[in-house]
Amino acid sequence: MLNLLWLVLAFPLAGAVVLLAGARRFTHRTTAAVGVGATGLSLLVALGVLASYAGRHGEVVTQTLYRWIAAGDFSVEVAFRLDPLSAVMLFFVTFVGFLIHVYSTGYMHDEPPTAFARYFAYLNLFMFAMLTLVLGANLLVLFVGWEGVGLCSYLLIGFYFEKDWCAAAGKKAFVVNRIGDFGFLLAIFMAFKAFGTVDMAGLQAAMAADPAAAARWATPIALLLFVGAVGKSAQLPLYVWLPDAMAGPTPVSALIHAATMVTAGVYMVARTSFVYALSPTALLVVAVVGGLTAVFAATIGLAQNDIKKVLAYSTVSQLGYMFMGAGAGAFTAAIFHVFTHAFFKACLFLGSGSVIHACGGEQDMRKMGGLRHHMKATYWTFLVATLALAGIPVFAGFFSKDEILAKVFAAGAGNLHGYGKVYLVLWGLGVAGAFLTAFYMFRAVYMTFFGSFRGGPEAEHHLHESPGVMVWPLRILAAGSVVVGFVGIGFFGPRFNLFERFLHPVAPGVEVEGWHAGPALEVGLIALSVGVAVAGILLARRFYFGPDAGAIPARLATAWPRLYRTVANKYWVDEGYDAAIVRPTNRLAWWLWKGLDTVVIDGVLVSLAFFTEIAGDLLRFVQTGNVRNYALMVLGGAVAAAAWLLL
Amino acid sequence: MAPSTVHFVILAALLFGIGAAGVLLRRSGIAILLGIELMLNAGNLALVAFARQHGSLDGQVFVFFVMAVAAAEVAVGLALLVAIFRKQQAIDVDRLAIMRW
Repeated sequence: MLNLLWLVLAFPLAGAVVLLAGARRFTHRTTAAVGVGATGLSLLVALGVLASYAGRHGEVVTQTLYRWIAAGDFSVEVAFRLDPLSAVMLFFVTFVGFLIHVYSTGYMHDEPPTAFARYFAYLNLFMFAMLTLVLGANLLVLFVGWEGVGLCSYLLIGFYFEKDWCAAAGKKAFVVNRIGDFGFLLAIFMAFKAFGTVDMAGLQAAMAADPAAAARWATPIALLLFVGAVGKSAQLPLYVWLPDAMAGPTPVSALIHAATMVTAGVYMVARTSFVYALSPTALLVVAVVGGLTAVFAATIGLAQNDIKKVLAYSTVSQLGYMFMGAGAGAFTAAIFHVFTHAFFKACLFLGSGSVIHACGGEQDMRKMGGLRHHMKATYWTFLVATLALAGIPVFAGFFSKDEILAKVFAAGAGNLHGYGKVYLVLWGLGVAGAFLTAFYMFRAVYMTFFGSFRGGPEAEHHLHESPGVMVWPLRILAAGSVVVGFVGIGFFGPRFNLFERFLHPVAPGVEVEGWHAGPALEVGLIALSVGVAVAGILLARRFYFGPDAGAIPARLATAWPRLYRTVANKYWVDEGYDAAIVRPTNRLAWWLWKGLDTVVIDGVLVSLAFFTEIAGDLLRFVQTGNVRNYALMVLGGAVAAAAWLLL
Repeated sequence: MAPSTVHFVILAALLFGIGAAGVLLRRSGIAILLGIELMLNAGNLALVAFARQHGSLDGQVFVFFVMAVAAAEVAVGLALLVAIFRKQQAIDVDRLAIMRW
């Protein structure tokens, strides 16, 4: 079964090709069958592969398809690598991906057949690219997938490209991602220059064989890789594309901009954890960027009124948590959060899609309210996923977020690499972020599902629960948001943490030495993080629930108008980038066009052509048409040539 | 006094000059062809003279080639003149100046 690994990728690719070729002819039914069928088969093969892999604990299985580049000693194979880390990713990417394909058949049903087929073609292509990224056995294949998901993300954000702002959002995502990709490319070049290989296993072996070179190169390679991760996973300062990416269809936001693609950066850091483990500086940078992003994005989430924007900032914030965990050396905790986050965040996005579907495309939460009476399944699944995100015990997010916070605290208390104080501050930020997360998520729940409907009587008349193909994925994902946390119970010793034991062979992490949390402290930490989450929920309830819902926040906004406007306008970061980078670049481009291109380059060419024409105009009078005249010229030429030869 | 190479070369130069003058000054197409013929034969004379001086046959062999090519040239040239004559009832080359700027 293991040698069928390539089929996992082949099915979505084939689906994309068929759909693109047949986009003009396929009906909705055909498109849905091909699109969902391809992902479904991919999921089945993946489950089969994983079942037969389950027995081989910690083993690395590599499947080489063919040699792609061969130059002297250097060679790159198109090869796929199945190990515990990629196995986890393979599972949830195909599983969540399949559910979102199913959901999409309902959500996108009102699109015309061509657009419907195009949508599923891109979605299948995305699955192919994401699986290439996950399974790539060397940095180059991983990079191919990395660029592929970027392309699909661009295509799907700009899916409604006839609207200018959607096309602009796609372009923004692409350009910002390219900045990160450039760092990733430099890291690949540097790895090749320093160690002569880009293969994951080869690189690890080369670094182990030459500790001196490894110590010299680990920090620059790790930091450049992290630049790539910052772009793809929307961290400070390159997070700005992700909120705009909500211009795409909502299932796309769920699949690409919440569950899978944006976690690729975290995956890449865990994949190359052997590099990061050698570089305390890089780890610290990862942790600080992650911690700051976690809180920064959470504060923006407080004042957003678009339900998808709230979820988008929450995604940025949760990705920050993952990097904070990875930066504390706990790569397994980071991947665990990736894993649980995929379930509850996909559920939240699909739930918001269901809400938007019911409200006729309305995304503003101020025009919703009371929806729990109209769409029970959506409400309950959304609530479960929100509890998971807020970190309430027994729900999945509690286990993973708490483990990250515990590891960061351990790094602080155990003075990891001598940066203990920084890690303690980051832990404080993480706890504050947990409070903010609980608050803004329950703000969204109360504004959307409680109170009375504020969208007008006509819209209220149209409110309806979504069809089964949309509700069932929600139910399955909500169930996942409850149960998947139990595979990685991080406290009371390593005995219950199956997840960490499973991943330990490939991403061992950086152990904090000489410090262990006692049981009392562990319970205290859990109580603290649960306490802040509950406090956040209660505050949201006080602010946004009941007869005077929204009155207190409105008073606060009037009391501190400047602060409120700053947060509501996302700290004017977009405006800042616009003034500092976009407009100067545009001006430079305009100047190069009008100044350099039109005047200098065109001028040179035009005058060259002008003088050639003048010269031709004058010289054509040589052509008299008189035979004897020509004969004289021939003679003169012959005499001149002879004279030149003789004299 | 037996004629030396110098004499032959002077004669060849004279012939060439006469031929060139004929080509440049006459307006009749046939006269021009005759001038060309004279120039070619001036070249032939020079070749034979130098061959004699060097005591080798190479120059004489060249002359045969030149004669063959000259015959072909005359054939083509006369055919052209016939065509021109049919077109404008004259072989005055100055009246051919229609292909100019």
